Amino acid sequence: MKAQDFRYERPSTMDEALAILADTDQEAQPLAGGQSLMPMMNFRLAAPDVLVDLGGVPELSGICEDNGEIVIGAMTRYRDLMASEMVARDVPLLAAALPHIAHPAIRNRGTLGGSLALSDPAAESPAVLLALGGSVDLRSASGQRSVAADEFFFGLYETARQPEELITAVRLPKAAPGHRFGFYEITRRHGDYAMIGVAVAQAPDWRIAFFSVAGTPLRATDAEAVLNADASDIDAAVAALASLEIDGDRHGDPAMKRHLAGVALRRAIGGMS
Amino acid sequence: MTQVSMTVNGEAVSAEVEGRTLLSDFLRGNLRLTGTHIGCDTSQCGACLVHVDGEVVKSCTMFAAEAAGTEVTTIEGMANPDGSLSAIQQAFQDQHGLQCGFCTPGMVMATASLLKENPKPSVAEIRDYLEGNICRCTGYHNIIKAVLAASGQDVDAMVAG
Repeated sequence: MKAQDFRYERPSTMDEALAILADTDQEAQPLAGGQSLMPMMNFRLAAPDVLVDLGGVPELSGICEDNGEIVIGAMTRYRDLMASEMVARDVPLLAAALPHIAHPAIRNRGTLGGSLALSDPAAESPAVLLALGGSVDLRSASGQRSVAADEFFFGLYETARQPEELITAVRLPKAAPGHRFGFYEITRRHGDYAMIGVAVAQAPDWRIAFFSVAGTPLRATDAEAVLNADASDIDAAVAALASLEIDGDRHGDPAMKRHLAGVALRRAIGGMS
Repeated sequence: MTQVSMTVNGEAVSAEVEGRTLLSDFLRGNLRLTGTHIGCDTSQCGACLVHVDGEVVKSCTMFAAEAAGTEVTTIEGMANPDGSLSAIQQAFQDQHGLQCGFCTPGMVMATASLLKENPKPSVAEIRDYLEGNICRCTGYHNIIKAVLAASGQDVDAMVAG
């Protein structure tokens, strides 16, 4: 299998990359780690005219702390996030999710920014961003903005990112003492896309984000309200998932997936630390 | 067309390729290094694993142009300099860690990467690391044994699981 041909561009600075995206009137696609985009191109589900390889733009990689947030460059690879002491200490929810993301060879290439830009409904990173209430930094040749997680996901493979914009960084709030986090997913084979999964934060208010339930990750706001009132009433939180608008998929109908959502939520909360 | 240069198994190589040329196709088609196998072309199976700058990657999920300037090692670069099998390759032979052999290049490349990071992995760690490599002969037990043997551990201590 082979991708449809395209013009390959490999800029060495962010400004150069943004200029290419701004100047082209064809479909231009940024290439991050490529671990989802390339199979889609090989299957010809994606066929960009211009591919802008961000692999030569070092300023898009790195992890630092800024004003109580951990700022992760969009091109930071999962492998480097797994090796980061700062991520393990300050963003434990992300650290808990990382081993569930695909397999080692894919984590060596895959990036956080690329995963959020694609926003596969079964991917872990979007739900982690949503549960933490983080934000996404976007930049184009004409300006920059930051979009909160709650406003970032629009629909199936649709996000707030415009075609001429790049995700430059992801901002995740730093965990404070007393904050607790949990993550659980159900897969047929470890490393595969989840049948259902959930990321949970109590920081100190509860935020619960399910993935592989609909076109985007979904917050379970009714269950959050239950737990904000009484953190021990997990039965009521699971019952409150009745209001979650879950789509059926090849893994099961909505009723089965709602059952699995309850199982995943109980196990995620049970494993919180 | 894009001019790409890289080092493959210690030798400098250079070629003009289309932007869409996958690293796996570049290795097999341009360089005739056909030890790297293509099972799925969509990053499912792991048969095409190679090392790029020391890290194991799926060569069907990387464009040749992205590998410009890197050092690539393929299965052809794994034998000892005198041509004899490396310890990992020998362990796969000794433990019958291959049946049809199609997945073996990927398994060997993944094992080399695992043992570099974790010289004495447990059975659970081996299974976890190799989860992205599919063997359709389902000869997984002997593959696990081969990795144990390659890391100097007692193969007989392995319990089914």
